[in-house]
Amino acid sequence: MDQSAWNLLLSSFWPIVQGALAGTIPLALASFAIGLVLAIAIALMRLSRIRVVSGIARVYISIVRGTPLLVQLFVIFYGLPSLGVVIDPWPSAVVAFSINVGGYAAEVVRAAILSVPKGQWEAAYMIGMSHRRALSRIILPQAARVSVPPLSNTFISLVKDTSLASLILVTELFRQAQKVAAFSGDFMLLYLEAALVYWVICLVLASGQGLLEKRLDRYVAH
Amino acid sequence: MSPTDEKPIDAGRSQTDAAPELLKVRALQKSFGSTRVLESIDLTVTRGEVLVLIGPSGSGKTTVLRCLNGLEVADGGEVSVAGELSIDFGTRPGKKELAALRDRSAMVFQHYNLFPHMTVLENVVEGPITVQRRPRAEATAEALDLLDRVGLAEKRDSYPFELSGGQQQRVGIVRALALKPQLLLFDEPTSALDPELVGDVLGLMKQLALEGWTMVIVTHELQFAREVANEVAFIDGGVIVERGAPAHLFSAPQHERTKQFLHRLLFPF
Repeated sequence: MDQSAWNLLLSSFWPIVQGALAGTIPLALASFAIGLVLAIAIALMRLSRIRVVSGIARVYISIVRGTPLLVQLFVIFYGLPSLGVVIDPWPSAVVAFSINVGGYAAEVVRAAILSVPKGQWEAAYMIGMSHRRALSRIILPQAARVSVPPLSNTFISLVKDTSLASLILVTELFRQAQKVAAFSGDFMLLYLEAALVYWVICLVLASGQGLLEKRLDRYVAH
Repeated sequence: MSPTDEKPIDAGRSQTDAAPELLKVRALQKSFGSTRVLESIDLTVTRGEVLVLIGPSGSGKTTVLRCLNGLEVADGGEVSVAGELSIDFGTRPGKKELAALRDRSAMVFQHYNLFPHMTVLENVVEGPITVQRRPRAEATAEALDLLDRVGLAEKRDSYPFELSGGQQQRVGIVRALALKPQLLLFDEPTSALDPELVGDVLGLMKQLALEGWTMVIVTHELQFAREVANEVAFIDGGVIVERGAPAHLFSAPQHERTKQFLHRLLFPF
């Protein structure tokens, strides 16, 4: 590698990391947190015995999974203004990603809830718990353990998907790389550098997943 | 555990009221889809007595227990407890009534159904603290006392998976006792246990019987029934075919179906 490439790498490193710290990471965290709450709600609706309620959840999941994330993002940022709803880039991205995570994670949460044996519900009812309390004290804590690996997948995908936000003008990791690349003309180097930073973030997440699984596994036979 | 050298386990509310009949079940019916599981069940359990339900699998005996704890909602009939709570299943009981019914009994499950994400102590105090809203210190002290009496005090911080089946079932029993129910329900409590662990659990149940707990037990342990039950009821096809004192029922069954069932249990091959 010659000196100028090395210099470019060094000088672009901080703007790209800044994009990660100020854009990618908070965007992913906020969207995942909101999306997870949404997912639990959608999963519970999907499991509801009331047909209309489970139907709404079904349709929601179907639309989210059946349309491209980029299209969802564009509908919210470029489409809604024609209806008079103008949302800034950042909140637009959070809304789109949360809705998306909500749809995908809902199926994970639903499967996890269903994986808890029926006897756990019965024991919870037996000691006098209501449905709601049984869910929060007995069922969801057990479902959480089961859902950590698939939810980690969702989260890691989300981190990478946030690069799409560059297309609605959010200043995040990839957009920073694009800017420097356009300026310097060295696309290969800068996009590889961006890829490397994404990879490092995902490595950190994967090791976090490992720790979380270990912690939640403390009550399971090995 | 020997019943003689231990302090008795507090029989809760079961000795406070003077009414002789603790549980009265009349014409209980239950169907699953088009399958009629309970045709019409009538039962009476006197305070402080032990009723054992026997019968072939699919006879409806477990469904009877589950209806008594509100885990299944019967389609018809009446259940009354201690003369103070009476539920008519003909007129679809509300959530409140079912909760009141559940409140008076506690169940021990065949597969223990302990909460795997909670320690032994947490399993026992969960009901008293989060549902019954009793002070944590008091509930914990009582739970530890109960665990001590079943020989599991040193396991208080273990998770269920670290215990043997027999230990888990004793925790299941303690969890039920900690709720201070008027009625204890046992659904084949030893069926999932290795043979050498059955004795521990039956021994504990026998002690509870001696201390005056009112119990309804579904079991295939005839020897236990003979020793501990005040009355045995043989259920088949959703009705009580025959009932009586164990010595009588086991040695001189009146009905052909009872004879066949007992014969199969005594001579399985």
